[in-house]
Amino acid sequence: MIRFLFKGLIRDRSRILFPFLTVAIGVFLTVGLYCYIKGAEYQIVEFNADLLTGHVKVMTKGYAAESDQAPNDLALTGVGKLVKELKTTFPGMTWAPRIRFGGLLDVPDEAGETKAQGTVAGTAADILTAGSAEIQRLGLENTVVRGRLPAKSGEILIGEILADRLNLEPGGKATFIGSTMNGGMATANFTISGVVRFGVRALDRMGLVMDIADAQAVLDMEDAAGEIPGWRTDGPYERDVIEGIASRFNISASASTDEFTPVMKTLRDQSDLAALLDQLGAVNGAVIAIFILAMSLVLWNSGLIGSLRRYGEIGVRLAMGEPKGGVYRAMLGEAVMIGFLGTIAGTAVALALSYYLQAHGINITGFLKNAAVMLPSVLRSRVTPAAYFIGFIPGILSTLIGTAIAGRGIYKRSTASLFKELET
Amino acid sequence: MKRSLQFTLIICALCVLARPGFPAQDASPVIAAAAILEKIDQNAVPGSKIMVAAMTIHGRRADRTIKSKSWIEGDDKAFTEYLDPPREKGIKMLKLGDQLWTYTPATDRIIGISGNLLRQSVMGSDLSYEDMMENRKWSDIYEAVEDGEETMLARPCLILRLTARVENVAYHQRRIWVDKDRWLVLKEERYGKSGRLLKTFEVTDVRQFEGRWIQTRALFRDVLKEGNGTEFVIESVDFDAQIPEVVFSKASLRK
Repeated sequence: MIRFLFKGLIRDRSRILFPFLTVAIGVFLTVGLYCYIKGAEYQIVEFNADLLTGHVKVMTKGYAAESDQAPNDLALTGVGKLVKELKTTFPGMTWAPRIRFGGLLDVPDEAGETKAQGTVAGTAADILTAGSAEIQRLGLENTVVRGRLPAKSGEILIGEILADRLNLEPGGKATFIGSTMNGGMATANFTISGVVRFGVRALDRMGLVMDIADAQAVLDMEDAAGEIPGWRTDGPYERDVIEGIASRFNISASASTDEFTPVMKTLRDQSDLAALLDQLGAVNGAVIAIFILAMSLVLWNSGLIGSLRRYGEIGVRLAMGEPKGGVYRAMLGEAVMIGFLGTIAGTAVALALSYYLQAHGINITGFLKNAAVMLPSVLRSRVTPAAYFIGFIPGILSTLIGTAIAGRGIYKRSTASLFKELET
Repeated sequence: MKRSLQFTLIICALCVLARPGFPAQDASPVIAAAAILEKIDQNAVPGSKIMVAAMTIHGRRADRTIKSKSWIEGDDKAFTEYLDPPREKGIKMLKLGDQLWTYTPATDRIIGISGNLLRQSVMGSDLSYEDMMENRKWSDIYEAVEDGEETMLARPCLILRLTARVENVAYHQRRIWVDKDRWLVLKEERYGKSGRLLKTFEVTDVRQFEGRWIQTRALFRDVLKEGNGTEFVIESVDFDAQIPEVVFSKASLRK
């Protein structure tokens, strides 16, 4: 029977082409949008992870409790050993110590006395070691608007508004004044190697980036760091996996009351990201649900139209003695087949495109030159397991329901008046 | 900069002369309190002095002691050189009127301390540069009322509540415990405009140097900051020392 129906569909293009194309296009849009939204969500997670939170972050208990103030008097010590242990315990992760700090940048005049001063919020990361991924993670490559990245010790990057306010250009000298890890006065002279437009006003106004070795020397933090963010290397951010890693690390820490005990916080535990991600998930879910509903209505309508177009054919079949139930079931069977084929085709094309966008993305660097916000330079889709079956909801169900509703008319038709109807 | 050890013990300045026998109880509370405030202000010795002091910062990670030597003349001139530990050694500070500069050998720079930097902690202590720069007479900027009596360091003290009558003050309110006989402030609480307690200062030892009573040991605490406060100890004071004028110049910072 199925084979019979399938042959009928294949041989009568007018019966299959329009419904098939409608279903395929609808499913393609649904799956494509789903992957794109998942890609955007993934990029927000990765963007925050790269820039600030890591997938997880190791800090002392005390530091974690006040992390918005970056209290370096509560920094981790023995960082080299700790990173080695982390690498051994969690081989699927990569770790990079960072220091966040505050202070002042003082610009000298010709006599070496204060000409201008500005408050700075600094980030220190490994930006000088060859092969370090930190430059990419911090998005520095695309944000330097004047000068270049630091190439040697003693060079720093500063935010564009800060540079303009202090009248500092690449090559200019400035003195950093801050506090050491022990609370002493920290001062050091630096050369501005480049000016950065972070795109975030607060960072452009106060941002400063220096190599972590320089920061450790200036802030008296030898083998110490405020935080050690970690990122998965064996896969993307997955909440369950990340929470599992943090739980494993925190087993020994949970019993300790010492504020210097290292603890691991997940991305969701930091910077109110849990609420943001939950909200984002809810909004994305709503957008996808609305889109699926809209597509379902389109495909349902398509099922209805398809059935109504065959009003005459159904009349003939009934007039020839085919049972109403048989016609109805045949139509439903055809709808399932068309829906299935259309869904497979639509999903296949959407997944192919999404996989391409996941791997290569769309480079929007050209559009970001004058951008006012810090954005990822490559927009990517993300294919998740759900992307493989989400198209079946509008693709098969809606076509089937549309046909089922339209097909109810079969039972309302009077056999006695069929010939009369067919004559006209 | 006369009544407390804040500036004395950081830039290592100031000492206060004992002036006993002030008849506070004879007048009405408000007038008496104002008179006591005048008396505390008068206790400031405008002469010159050279002091060696130690400041122990009880941080969350460890305690840190910083030694310094200060040359002070009146209210407006002070020069301090940090002697120890090695990381801080050679750092110098110069205060002339309401201006403050610091010099660090690591940068060979003379840096003006102003604006936001004034609110920063001095060498990681509980004191801010703003606290250090306070040099107006309390009787000029605060209204005082008596707020009871208490014994501190086995000395009978009057408690005064001070409320600012001008706008640009670091602390809108203060409560001070004043030794009734020596007119030394033995305890102080500093409040913000909202009434929130911001800093406390408590003297733990008073000694006589060259016939003058001064607070020699005190604990200053920023209550908004974690840690156990900063302890100041005056190790030696040389009153009426001859200080060459060149000491109070920017040139001496680089020497």
